[in-house]
Amino acid sequence: MSLTVASRIARRELRGGLRGFRIFLACLILGVAAIAAVGSVREAINAGLEREGATILGGDAEVELTYRFASDDERAWMADAALEIAELVDFRSMAVFGTGDAAERGLTQVKAVDAAYPLLGAVELDPALPLDVALAGEGGLPGAVMAPALIARLDMAIGDQFRLGAQDFVLMATLIREPDTAGGFGLGPRTIVRTVDLDNSGLIQPGTLFETEYKLRLPADADLDALQIQAESAFTGLRWRDRRNGAPGVERFVDRLSSFLVLVGLAGLAVGGVGISAAVTSYLERKTEVIATLKTLGADGRTIFQTYFIQIGILTILGLLAGLILGALIPVLAAPLIADRLPVPAVFTFHIKPLAEAAVYGTLAALIFTLWPLARVEDVRAATLFRDGDGDARGLPRAIWIGVTGFLVALLVSLAAWFSGLLSLTFGAAGGLLAAFALLVMAARGIRWIARRLSPAFRGKSATRLALGAVGGPSGEATSVVLSLGLGLTVLAAVGQIDANLRNAIAQDLPERAPAFFMVDIQPDQIDSFRERLITDSAVSTVETAPMLRGIITQINGRPAAETGGEHWVLQGDRGVTYSDRPPEGTVITHGAWWPEGPVETPQISFATEEALELGLAIGDEMTVNILGRDITATITSFREVDFSTAGIGFILSMNPAALAGAPHSFISTVYADPTAEAQILRDISKTYPNVTAISVKDAITRVSEVLAGIAAAITYGALATLLTGVVVLIGAAAAGVQARTYEAAVLKTLGAKRATILKSFAIRSALQGAAAGLVAIFAGALAGWGVMRFVMETDYTFEPFSAFAIVLGGILATLVSGLLFAWGPLAGRPAQVLRARE
Amino acid sequence: MAETILSLKDAKLSLDGNAGKVDILTGITLDVARGETLGLIGPSGSGKSSLLMLMGGLERATGGSVTLLGHDLTALGEDALAQVRLSHMGVVFQSFHLIPTMTALENVATPLELAGDADAFDRAAEELKAVGLGARVHHYPAQMSGGEQQRVALARAAAPRPDVLLADEPTGNLDATTGATIMDLLFELNARHGATLVLVTHAPDLAARCGRVVRLVDGRIDLSEQAAAG
Repeated sequence: MSLTVASRIARRELRGGLRGFRIFLACLILGVAAIAAVGSVREAINAGLEREGATILGGDAEVELTYRFASDDERAWMADAALEIAELVDFRSMAVFGTGDAAERGLTQVKAVDAAYPLLGAVELDPALPLDVALAGEGGLPGAVMAPALIARLDMAIGDQFRLGAQDFVLMATLIREPDTAGGFGLGPRTIVRTVDLDNSGLIQPGTLFETEYKLRLPADADLDALQIQAESAFTGLRWRDRRNGAPGVERFVDRLSSFLVLVGLAGLAVGGVGISAAVTSYLERKTEVIATLKTLGADGRTIFQTYFIQIGILTILGLLAGLILGALIPVLAAPLIADRLPVPAVFTFHIKPLAEAAVYGTLAALIFTLWPLARVEDVRAATLFRDGDGDARGLPRAIWIGVTGFLVALLVSLAAWFSGLLSLTFGAAGGLLAAFALLVMAARGIRWIARRLSPAFRGKSATRLALGAVGGPSGEATSVVLSLGLGLTVLAAVGQIDANLRNAIAQDLPERAPAFFMVDIQPDQIDSFRERLITDSAVSTVETAPMLRGIITQINGRPAAETGGEHWVLQGDRGVTYSDRPPEGTVITHGAWWPEGPVETPQISFATEEALELGLAIGDEMTVNILGRDITATITSFREVDFSTAGIGFILSMNPAALAGAPHSFISTVYADPTAEAQILRDISKTYPNVTAISVKDAITRVSEVLAGIAAAITYGALATLLTGVVVLIGAAAAGVQARTYEAAVLKTLGAKRATILKSFAIRSALQGAAAGLVAIFAGALAGWGVMRFVMETDYTFEPFSAFAIVLGGILATLVSGLLFAWGPLAGRPAQVLRARE
Repeated sequence: MAETILSLKDAKLSLDGNAGKVDILTGITLDVARGETLGLIGPSGSGKSSLLMLMGGLERATGGSVTLLGHDLTALGEDALAQVRLSHMGVVFQSFHLIPTMTALENVATPLELAGDADAFDRAAEELKAVGLGARVHHYPAQMSGGEQQRVALARAAAPRPDVLLADEPTGNLDATTGATIMDLLFELNARHGATLVLVTHAPDLAARCGRVVRLVDGRIDLSEQAAAG
């Protein structure tokens, strides 16, 4: 019965239009749209990965080997299992263009292919040649195609000749797109050549660092699980991937990043919630008279609640729909832009799941933030009509509403944790937001208390005391401004801290004296002259060299290694192994003793102390390491300190020379040099040793920084939605205060205050509120930054003052600007008109 | 004859409303002498309150002149007008117009503070005591009754010892008993400080307490009535 009446009254009330609900709608639409858009992009990528899993992988399955080609037996197994096989060799090298001192050199990630490549999809070139034609070359030279970045860097043109190792190639085309993009992170831009054309390059030799990938096209009914098990027993040290998870790294990364972004979006919704709550509160305050009148006419609390619940509900549905439409449209409209920046294919269309997710979040957030003010309408008394004042509508709502709100908050957080799969991060973020909320409420109370206490000290300084009076006074302005601004600033400050820490992680973790180059693939017959060349160079301060092999730890004390060490990173994939007669200079042996010099027949291992302790190793343990397909079992005779943070050469595993005798290998070297001499050293070395690859540490750091900057940019876009919501909420708060300020200005003018005094007082008031919100934001943001860096990124956290203070300053400025913009009207008005309107 | 403190010459006021231009005051010529108590009466909409607003510089005349102690209020800017009010005027409104974010004490101290009075708060406390609110100095307007709020407004208007006290139906929102108390206070303060009082009222008995009564009709002074009362 009451519901029918309520909906009828609600319909009449809604005739007033959406006035007063612009902020409500803007907050809801922004929050829902941001979450829906992020989710839609995630679904687009996942759909792309699923649809083109095999293409991204380059086949139905892939077998990857380290530093060796497949043996005859292994080839026979593959030929048996697959319909078609493509063999790829992937390694780093230097591309050299020109001769003499004018030669340009660039690090490149070479993909050497056979005629079967690509099994799936097509390589896109400019000019649009078939890959076969391009790689066939011209003028008697083999052909190559290169990524545009490298062509630009070497300043080459199509038709130019360049060298890889000792082999000349002719550049036939620009590489626009390779179908198998699941390779992941490479330090250099791509060059594609034929494997056979590398025969005389001197680049692929036993002991050099390369990977071979065998792409397999399988029969449609192939049992992938069974094949994987067979492959793992047929090969030693292989890595298996198949089309079901063509790019597991990318998929995981996209999932984590988008979940993180959804959390940022939820924080935005929480910020918007403050605006939603404020809008509903102020709407209901304006309706106090109507509510009191309805009560006078006999309406009960329930009918009143339903009347306004229906109104807010209709508006919520409107906001949700608009937000969902916007969130679904943005990724589709921006698809060309987004697709360009993605390393993987994406299917941009309307995905129901993320929209449903955003709708659930939006509904819950709207309920959480509107129930509280709505519940208070039950308590408006009819007597309010006859007696001015704030009545009873400001206290706590009935216990049941507090309980329902608490339940909805718990439901929202649990759903977010479930949807995102980031349990600790979600609960951490929710806890952080609640804590920030509580801190802000306390800060608002604190600043009111301080303003009241400080007020007497500023007697005589009218503008300041007026401002303090206004901040400390009974109006809710301080609380609403500090809350609406503070929550937005907190989210921004947290993002700022995380972003800065991520960026600094590389720059700061780099030791003060990092090497200029890592040189790899130095052949044993080159190492002496290589050392000689560098040691005699006055610009070179230090040269470290070490033999380098790669090995997989397969067994510890005769048992599979995982039984002892679990999933420790040292046991995942292959590790660098070196050998040495004597301990290298500066070596600190912590347990046991280094092997005696001279020929020692039994294989021995010196292992890194920290990792040994983590793996639970002891002196005397036996360890089996598979190097180039050969198992070497050695006794651990010493532990030594290995410091990876110096960026020098650090090997977990070092063996005595006898243990590795005969194993083909190359040397690696770190070169510390005067920055001004780096170019000359690079020229000389690559001229004398064309097979040696020099990795500039500076360039590598830049490349890693670029990847991190991309992540940071994605997070910043997410935070932007939150910032926008914060600004909307702030404008709402400032606009809500206009009437009160207009009135105040009129009264003050009547009392003889000049406009400058009033303006100054308004400015001080805004600045005080902005500063309070900003200070809490710095504190809460730093706390959130610490939490994310410490527990999610598992790295150190340092407080980054620049972004923090920029955010506080921004907060103060934003409050000031919005406060003053909205003060203009009040100041301009004639007092008589304003005051009379109140008579 | 005492010095003329406030002088209006053919003062006019027209306002642009939604329905077009409305002439509120159509030419008021009136001199008010120092120390005089002047009652402004007339039916609703006759322009009494508007005239009071012109006198206070809260509204700018659209024609003629309004001069207070030699200052032509029609020629002054907003800030200069504020300065004139600060130095010479106190205003009391029907709706009290206290600043809701300030305590009674702060409300009363504000004009003193604006004038640079070092003892603003001590004087404000005394003024509040003088209107019987010594115990309510730290209360906010919302915590007070209408009568109490109007007493605070009276104390605030009288505190800077203005030359002219303008009161716009100060008892309009109060019950009869409270209204009477407020009027007693208003006249008492005025007598004590020797200010000029201009009082807008509907109540003939209140007007009768003034030394001179001017009746407004349709935005002009009703001369017949003035002659009769005078």
